[in-house]
Amino acid sequence: MKELLKDIKKRYDISMIVHQRPDEVFATVNKEEAVALITHLRDHEGFTHLVLLTAVDWLEDGKFQLTYLLNNDAKRNDLGLRVMIDREEATMESIHHLWEQAATYQRELKEMFGIDFPGSPRVNESFILEGWHDIPPYRRDFDTKKYSEETYFPRPGRVTHDPAEYMKKKLYPEE
Amino acid sequence: MTDKNKYRDKFPDKNPDGTNIIDLESHKFIKVWQGPQHPGITGNMSLELIVQGDEIMKCTTHVGYLHRGFEKLMERRTFIQCFPLVCRIAVPEPDFNEYCFAATIEELAGIKIPEAAEWMRTLLLEMARLTSFMMWMGGQTGAFGLGLPGQWLNYGRDLMLDRFEEISGGRIYHMHILPGGVRGLLPDGWEGRMEDTLKKLEGIMSDVNKTMFTNAVFKKRSVGLGYIDPTWVDKYGIVGPNARAAGIPKDVRKDYPYLKYSELDFDVITATDSDAYTRADLRRKEIHLSIDLIRQMMAKMPKSGEYMAKVPNVLHWKIPKGETYIRSECTRGEYGFYTVTDGSGFPRRINVRGPSYTHAVALMEKLAIDCNIADTAGLMVSLHTYPPEIER
Amino acid sequence: MSMKDLEKRTVTGPDGEQFEVDPMQDYFCQETPQVHKPSNRIWEKFLNWARAESLWILGFGTGCGAIEMRPLMTPRFDAYRYGIQWRPTPRQSNLFIIGGYMSVKTLKRAIRSYEQMQGPKFVVGLGSCTINGGMYWDSYNTINRLDHYLPVDVYIAGCMPRPESLLAGFEELKKLIKAGKAEGQNLYAENFEWYKKNQKQIIKDWDMPDYNW
Repeated sequence: MKELLKDIKKRYDISMIVHQRPDEVFATVNKEEAVALITHLRDHEGFTHLVLLTAVDWLEDGKFQLTYLLNNDAKRNDLGLRVMIDREEATMESIHHLWEQAATYQRELKEMFGIDFPGSPRVNESFILEGWHDIPPYRRDFDTKKYSEETYFPRPGRVTHDPAEYMKKKLYPEE
Repeated sequence: MTDKNKYRDKFPDKNPDGTNIIDLESHKFIKVWQGPQHPGITGNMSLELIVQGDEIMKCTTHVGYLHRGFEKLMERRTFIQCFPLVCRIAVPEPDFNEYCFAATIEELAGIKIPEAAEWMRTLLLEMARLTSFMMWMGGQTGAFGLGLPGQWLNYGRDLMLDRFEEISGGRIYHMHILPGGVRGLLPDGWEGRMEDTLKKLEGIMSDVNKTMFTNAVFKKRSVGLGYIDPTWVDKYGIVGPNARAAGIPKDVRKDYPYLKYSELDFDVITATDSDAYTRADLRRKEIHLSIDLIRQMMAKMPKSGEYMAKVPNVLHWKIPKGETYIRSECTRGEYGFYTVTDGSGFPRRINVRGPSYTHAVALMEKLAIDCNIADTAGLMVSLHTYPPEIER
Repeated sequence: MSMKDLEKRTVTGPDGEQFEVDPMQDYFCQETPQVHKPSNRIWEKFLNWARAESLWILGFGTGCGAIEMRPLMTPRFDAYRYGIQWRPTPRQSNLFIIGGYMSVKTLKRAIRSYEQMQGPKFVVGLGSCTINGGMYWDSYNTINRLDHYLPVDVYIAGCMPRPESLLAGFEELKKLIKAGKAEGQNLYAENFEWYKKNQKQIIKDWDMPDYNW
């Protein structure tokens, strides 16, 4: 993997490289160069299998991290590309022309996180939720417990214990 | 399959990219929902079909009936609280979820599990594959109208669930693989009972072979149904038996050996010409391979020893910042967990990659065109899709 | 189906002829469900015995519970000897097993299926998720109390309950029916507005008629 990374570094700007396992590397790439790098990896370096496309919400930094996980089956390598995009205006170029299943991943991200992929087929259709009028649910500022208690009638009588506090009270009752 | 050339002028025109031009107002097309309440659907998913006569012109998959928001729920729970939640993501084979979750947590926390635990995990995973394949085969014959092999195979699966119950205490949700190892090793006399069960399963499989694979109805309906071209495997991200039947030898157990698969002796099963019949035949060979692997493991695995590594106090377990992806070979293909941690006691993001994500949505919409309405159930089952892992 | 399809309008047939269509009037029932009063004692006892010994289940696997219903059909746990069968259509079934959690999308279809079943009909809630939400109690997409949306006669607790528990639950339901106490359908008809209000509160895009008979 090291020669591959050296090759890519000459033409694209990648940073924060983490060698997680001997055959798995994660690297961050700029938003503008991401699709060009992915196309290059698919066509010339043999990373022909898109494993997943998902997003991580870093609320404290005000950014979304999109992770494109590519797999080279001939050499048994995995390469995870992180793309940081702005949280307020979340859009990214679409890659549906490279793989057919990318359109489905992008539909789900639009619905669950609110990240727009202009041009992706059927990206505005709802994929999982029906009649959802709140903010995209996978964002970290969406409180699912509060939503569930207000909307669905909870049965009274449920008591929640914080496990650390409960064990402390049980084992050391004097303190 | 009708003879298209004779009636060419009666069929709709095609767009430049090959899809049919549908005009719902012209009353030549009917929209039919093979909806969630249907005996011919694996799980709870619906297909919106636009048909002309008996042939499907366009198919749209609708999912989301089983969405529980797992990935959001797991962000609210500590690592040990996630562990009973995880096995309910892909219901018919719960052990793969437990293994992938435990393996990602162990890799990020730097824990190494003992030998006996690795053997035990491999045994549980192969047993889960066996039960899932048996249920699948019952479903495949049921979709084509043969009721009897389904009853035999589900009885066989029940015998396997008894063996699971002796190890872990639960029939369906075992919760036996947790971060750090397993909850226990094999009880006394288990190997003898397992050998009896495997012999009974082989008897059932030879009966099924005679009734299913030499059956004129099954052959006539499934040969030529849902043909997958080898060039689509990379374009659509097809994995598992669907890809192997097309001739591409993709098997996570051989390509990226995990647990103790590198010490077991087996070959990757492939076939050429992937249609529903070939895929069913390939999965039948996989059942025999699983039985063989379980016998190899029972001969090789250590009978006693440490089965749980030293993990920190689970109530105050903080894992350093990192991200990783672990994959495993479930019955349908490559099943993986992508975990991101941020140094606190809760996971930041866990994403589950299920093989049905591509098979049921992108691939099904392509393969269902020009199929009969009666054959869509058989086609969907032959791709082996389970809706819970699509929308988690 | 959208609300546009349910309005009164003029359509053109395949051969060019125009005709008026009013879907709410023509295809769906305009009345609300009625309470079914029992007939005289001995005849009702016989009818209750007949209903209890031939429970036909609707084949709708709503959640995790569907996986423990398949072993019931095999000769090992054999539900068929109790007269219990699985039917593919709601018009031919009188027992609806809600297997586990219900997401909002499934609840809409389950209400539609339940209202299409012919009376007297019964509902069994399988698993802990129907009782108080189970382990998905804080999820934004699953309901917490099933009996605010559909009338439930018997709950079977567990995660997943074994097939023997399911058979014991069926025995409990049969006892209730034979004693004349399985009144789920009448409860639904009497409190129809309350159930509808709860259902419409969480199902935000309601594109069905109020009573889907």
